[in-house]
Amino acid sequence: MLKSDQSAFPMSVRDVVIIGSGPAGLTAALYSARANLKPLVIEGLEAGGQLMLTTLVENWPGHRDGIMGPDLMAEMRAQSERFGAQIIRGHVTSVDTVTSPYTVKTSDAEYHCRTLIIATGATARLLGLPSERALIGHGVSTCATCDGYFFRGKPIAVVGGGDSAMEEATFLTRFASHVTVIHRRATLRASKIMQDKAFANPKISFEWSTEVEEIKDTGKGEVTAMALRNSVTGERKEIAVDGVFVAIGHTPNTSLFTGQISTDANGYIVTHSGSRTNVPGIFACGDVQDHHYRQAITAAGSGCMAAIDAEKYLEGLPQHLGEAHATA
Amino acid sequence: MASEKVQTITDGNFDETIGAGKPVLVDFWAEWCGPCRRLAPTVEELAGDYDGKVIVGKLNVDENPNTASKFSIRGIPTLLLFKGGQVVEQVVGLADKDSLKKVIDKHVA
Repeated sequence: MLKSDQSAFPMSVRDVVIIGSGPAGLTAALYSARANLKPLVIEGLEAGGQLMLTTLVENWPGHRDGIMGPDLMAEMRAQSERFGAQIIRGHVTSVDTVTSPYTVKTSDAEYHCRTLIIATGATARLLGLPSERALIGHGVSTCATCDGYFFRGKPIAVVGGGDSAMEEATFLTRFASHVTVIHRRATLRASKIMQDKAFANPKISFEWSTEVEEIKDTGKGEVTAMALRNSVTGERKEIAVDGVFVAIGHTPNTSLFTGQISTDANGYIVTHSGSRTNVPGIFACGDVQDHHYRQAITAAGSGCMAAIDAEKYLEGLPQHLGEAHATA
Repeated sequence: MASEKVQTITDGNFDETIGAGKPVLVDFWAEWCGPCRRLAPTVEELAGDYDGKVIVGKLNVDENPNTASKFSIRGIPTLLLFKGGQVVEQVVGLADKDSLKKVIDKHVA
């Protein structure tokens, strides 16, 4: 074991590789860069993470007037790079966390590392209706800031009852003639301030305890209406909409690690003693391991923890000794 | 910024470009769309990789609403691949280069 490890120890073994470039990944990069660990960040398809799809972020401490999500991510990126983090465009296709040093593959390269920080985040969840999938890009969307523009003067619906749903509904009233919020429960999960904003907006109305049965019209290839069912009364109705924005939560991006890293029943990575996973030297931070808080600031905080945990782990490795012997 | 290999497609030159004989990959985008900016470098690389085989172009949906609405584009980025003037593939949202190449290769010998 030791022998094969050493023969597989080329110069290119890195101390830290970070997968993901949202607040968690970039904060891990900042801290590990400042610890002189020269982290490599593989930014992934959705570089910058979920904040890239938001507008004004008003709960990031230190910006009293708020900051635009994409601007905040650009700052974080530049700050980590200033201290020596290397950020590359790329999408990880597979990882090997069985043999140390660990291997991370992208479509055109392969990296080896002593510690791996998983910050792959979470992706917007869909309702799971066949009609929904067929109409993505033709009226069904999970990104209000991307697609709201196409619904100028048109009626649309937002599905969901959390903060993201309220934010999307409020944002979309800039474009839409009317926004119907469809929520499967009788009360919202969103924070009080976001609820108040939505309730006060004359362009927003609510359909409570209501489930979406179908999105129409797949035959025409565009959204024209939704079939709804009230789960209390059983009453069915159809409302005319041109767009449906789905904001019903997120699914953690853990498919890369299936069978290698322990996850809970919902697919979130299980961490213990800070950011440690079940595999020594592999740490997780941000939304990929947090289904409870899911804030930019908690993601950043956990990224900091992962960097410190990784640094501590590296200090305990007999690595430097081993390499000195090999080159002597 | 589009590289020289990526053509600018407009409402004005759309039919002519699509009808030119070669397969055409059209990237529907807008300045304000973050994911579109993310996809842009990949589209530029594809233009280089398929140089001479596929026409790769970008269509700004703000400036060219007619074409976007003709194809019921209500979400961007959207990539449409045209062959013989018809849409043969559609990719909505972000995608990595390898999966896009697989989609294009189905239609390009």
